[in-house]
Amino acid sequence: MEYFLQQLVNGLTLGAVYGLVAIGYTMVYGIIGMINFAHGEIYMVGAFMSVIFFLLLGMFGLQWVPLQLLFVLFLAMAFTAAYGWTIERIAYRPLRSAPRLAPLISAIGMSILLQNAVQLLQGARPKPLPPIIQGKITLMTRADGFTVSISYLQIIIIVVTVALMAGFTLMIQRTALGRAQRACQQDRKMAELLGVDVDRTISLTFVIGASLAAVAGLMVVLYYGVIDFFIGFVAGIKAFTAAVLGGIGSLPGAMLGGLIIGIIEAMWAGYFKSELGEVAVFSILVLVLIFRPSGLLGRPEIEKV
Amino acid sequence: MSGGARTPLLTVEHLSMRFGGLVAVDDVGFTAYDREITAVIGPNGAGKTTLFNCLTGFYKPTAGRLALARGGGTFLLERMPAHLIARRAGVARTFQNIRLFAGMSVLENLIVAQHNRLQAASGWSIKGMFGLPSYRAAEREALEKAKAWLERIRLTRRADEPAGDLPYGDQRRLEIARAMCTDPVLLCLDEPAAGLNPRESSELAELLQDIRDSARIGVLLIEHDMSVVMRISDHVVVLDYGRKIADGPPDAVRDDPAVIKAYLGEDDEDELPPEVAADLGVGTAEGRP
Repeated sequence: MEYFLQQLVNGLTLGAVYGLVAIGYTMVYGIIGMINFAHGEIYMVGAFMSVIFFLLLGMFGLQWVPLQLLFVLFLAMAFTAAYGWTIERIAYRPLRSAPRLAPLISAIGMSILLQNAVQLLQGARPKPLPPIIQGKITLMTRADGFTVSISYLQIIIIVVTVALMAGFTLMIQRTALGRAQRACQQDRKMAELLGVDVDRTISLTFVIGASLAAVAGLMVVLYYGVIDFFIGFVAGIKAFTAAVLGGIGSLPGAMLGGLIIGIIEAMWAGYFKSELGEVAVFSILVLVLIFRPSGLLGRPEIEKV
Repeated sequence: MSGGARTPLLTVEHLSMRFGGLVAVDDVGFTAYDREITAVIGPNGAGKTTLFNCLTGFYKPTAGRLALARGGGTFLLERMPAHLIARRAGVARTFQNIRLFAGMSVLENLIVAQHNRLQAASGWSIKGMFGLPSYRAAEREALEKAKAWLERIRLTRRADEPAGDLPYGDQRRLEIARAMCTDPVLLCLDEPAAGLNPRESSELAELLQDIRDSARIGVLLIEHDMSVVMRISDHVVVLDYGRKIADGPPDAVRDDPAVIKAYLGEDDEDELPPEVAADLGVGTAEGRP
């Protein structure tokens, strides 16, 4: 029981991160019907940005941790968002009216390009970051001394994720931009005829997705303390699985899918072999695609006549 | 509306649209006037919808000019992207096959149409997210306008239902209301009476006349239902095989031999079933008021 609880805490933390990345997949799919395979790399770039800004801020002598975190958060979000915007601009927008396969291939190309660029610029060796937030709260102790604990960092990750998701949901439901996004999702051409600037709405979608991925990148840097140029690939596919599990195109679905994937991975690693955690995750992708392609919260695709 | 001074609203000059070897619109020119209902009629494949698609930025015309007068200035529609045609020039349209945002609520469909004003007031969504007063005021205004339209098309009770769940006739009216929420100066309607029963199309005709008279805008109407066309249009343009074959007040167009020929063929006039002839208002006494 105690062991289960501990794995649940770990799984929730992991799931929060996947959920943040999954939002980017699901939003872009919703609005332009394309899987942005470079999104995992955006998350990786976000993680690198975080490390770079932590080191820079340290050089400038900023030592107070909360302020450091806040600065890194905003800087990483801003720079990664610029990446997201640029990728859409140069790799996807020119292919807007091309057959569906073209932007997909372009996305895979972007993904490889970003991986290699970061490998060249930052080196192939893993980049460590000394732990910045330490300490934990012990929730309960078993007779044999096993303790269930939640670290401050885990609390921060979960709180920040929940806050971001809430703010984001509010934006989609309440603001003109969110309404325009939903309208573009349903009928892009019609939205344009009502005066919605579709190109800008799509750009902003990429910007939002990328800044959420940057937050996820920052969390992972803090959580694991080490990153390399290849982390985007696996994390990206896991987040994609989360988006598919929740129902691609559905925002609550992406959040829910992220949590489920995170928990499954943590449980699998806790009770079976941790090397096989990914096998479990990707088996889910296969099963969902076979038995419930529209996902948990997705609407089944309706054939237009 | 005729009788007073007519102000030209849309001037179409030498408009042509070719798709490869097919000439869908061939050197068409006409003028639609402000505060008038201009009907564009013609047999299937005459180029009516292509004309609309050129007007609203779906297609770039192969040749020609589409000049829209608004507020003392002139907008050349053939040079503008679709969202600016809607936003700056003030052209709104509806479709033959209804294109509502089926998954959004009835009310939201009307609010999306006011996106521009709201987006401007929301300061790139930052103010909107925190609900600052200036944005809230703009949103309240948008909401009021949407509600006024819901009242007018009698859908207030169904405001929060998904638009896709409405009956067909209501969806047609909602689409027109949505187009009107963009504050257009020219409203383009592509077969708004298609699929409506006689009572509904009579209501529609009233709604369109009401829009023309109270919103004081120009209406451009593609319609096959001749009873609607003859009843409400101030001015009729007839296309056939992409060319304009007649242009004038409804009565004159109805009696135009070229129009009768396009609709009925040259030699078969006598063999037409009486109800078709009546629809067109030719050869029968009751067709002529």
